Amino acid sequence: MSLTVMKPGFYTTIQDLGRPGWRRDGIPLGGAMDRYALRTANLLVGNEEGAAGLELTLVGPTLTVERDMLLAICGAHMSPHMDGEELPMWRPLWAAAGSRITFGAALAGCRAYIAVAGGIHAAAVLGSRSTDVRAGIGGVDGRPLQAGDTLPCGERDSAGGARAAWQRLWRAELAARAGAQPRGRNGFAAPGWFAPPLAYGGGAADGIELRAMPGSEFGRLSAAARRAFFTERYNVAPASDRMGVRLAGPPLELSDSTELLSHGVVPGTVQLPSGGMPIVLAADCQTTGGYPKIAHVITADLPLLAQARPGAAITFRSVTLAEAQRIEIAFERDMRQLAAGICCRMP
Amino acid sequence: MSNSDRTDLCVEPLGDRALVVRLGDCKAPADPQMMADTAELLRIVGPEWMEDAVSAYDTVTIVYDPVKVLASMSEAERSLRLPYEQTIAQVESLLHREHKHAAGRPRLIDIPVCYGGAYGPDLQEAAERAELSVQSFVELHASPEYTVAMIGFMPGFPYLTGLPRELSQPRKASPRSRVPAGSVGIAGGQTGIYPFSSPGGWQLIGRTPMELFRSAEEEPSLLRAGDRIRFVPIGKQQMEAWGDR
Repeated sequence: MSLTVMKPGFYTTIQDLGRPGWRRDGIPLGGAMDRYALRTANLLVGNEEGAAGLELTLVGPTLTVERDMLLAICGAHMSPHMDGEELPMWRPLWAAAGSRITFGAALAGCRAYIAVAGGIHAAAVLGSRSTDVRAGIGGVDGRPLQAGDTLPCGERDSAGGARAAWQRLWRAELAARAGAQPRGRNGFAAPGWFAPPLAYGGGAADGIELRAMPGSEFGRLSAAARRAFFTERYNVAPASDRMGVRLAGPPLELSDSTELLSHGVVPGTVQLPSGGMPIVLAADCQTTGGYPKIAHVITADLPLLAQARPGAAITFRSVTLAEAQRIEIAFERDMRQLAAGICCRMP
Repeated sequence: MSNSDRTDLCVEPLGDRALVVRLGDCKAPADPQMMADTAELLRIVGPEWMEDAVSAYDTVTIVYDPVKVLASMSEAERSLRLPYEQTIAQVESLLHREHKHAAGRPRLIDIPVCYGGAYGPDLQEAAERAELSVQSFVELHASPEYTVAMIGFMPGFPYLTGLPRELSQPRKASPRSRVPAGSVGIAGGQTGIYPFSSPGGWQLIGRTPMELFRSAEEEPSLLRAGDRIRFVPIGKQQMEAWGDR
């Protein structure tokens, strides 16, 4: 089973949940920027949450489905279509062999994810199939997809037991539903139920609010900068990428600019280089850094950061470490409930 | 530093799933070797909630999973402590229990370097800035034993301490868009080696034919924090013939 890339889109890569455990060697965590969307897409096709899928950025690809398959599309809305009909998102989707899936530009948000039942079979490098473009490892030869790439995927990696049975049931059910539709309109089928999308794009006009805890060097900001960081609005700068989301807005001033020795940094860390414009580190961030750390975006809000595209407005709301950990624990409890809920859905 | 100091931790959170640990007195001078040994020890013990441990200069950064930490806590503990505080307690007790097993002697690794010419385009200028002949600059650079203070910036990139003070160099005013893999550079009081071609602002004085990062290996980075290294000057012919061996 495979997908063929007809058009690659703006920047499409194979991602899973990254390669933890290798920071000692300077290897970034990597993996999906919006882990909620990838994990959910995987659950919707009966995969383990961490199976490899596709991460689409701003403009999605055109793909040909080489054999009947079960897939799911989550994350930013990029107008997925098949044969002139819009494909529903956030639910399992059966697609017939030979059909073509097209995407447009993201209407809101920045990144969408495609999961395929059984996952995408790129070779694992250091325990992960994630594409790390800087190190040139993972995915397809460590690079974004190109037209003509063939992506083997499907059954080989399917989980055994209950998940495999669930996959078989939905595959058969949706194939039957698609087959019952008129010829020419029988390329896909999907159930009416869906998984809950995150509120991407925030409250539109207000932009995206990210909850953040003050970092070790927050106290080094001038009094005005300390106020500004949690009240002013920032815009995502065009130079943002998977390593970091660069912000433009009122420059923040340090009252103490003593140089720091580098130490570990993680996705979510907000660094302040000398220009005064904060950078929120993201999935592919370097493993160590020496800039002042003024804040840390909480883990549960990193999917929102992933959906912040150039120009998007961002504000920060202050939370404590205790609140951040409570939110993280609640987030993971909700994920377990979602997984259980999907498993219980029978045709 | 005595063993009792080892478990005297100075900790701060790095977001909601990581923390930065300094050992002993927070003002103690950086000891990359001891930090590397501590990180290695934590990795060997490998508690289930630990995702990563990375040492750099005077710190060990521990990435943990707060949900797994919570799962390891009793009902009573949960009402008393955050997963963050529980993680600190666990790290303290691990280090207290295991400190006697700390890693042995550091590895000493020789890195062949072809200095100057096309391989070290900034050597001449660097020597002039240091008011040294090119030859003395190279001899000085190749004389000390350096310590890998951390691996960072990119996979396998070693930050080395131990550079003779007179060899310090400013960063380039405008970074090169492409520094070739293997380039040996100086920035400030540090020297380092680029494992991959990448943009970079360090002054380039030579190049090693050794591969610093091999993703197919079990230990992908040639160097680890805490390693000692020496630069061994080689000629252009040896450099070019390196791949043939």
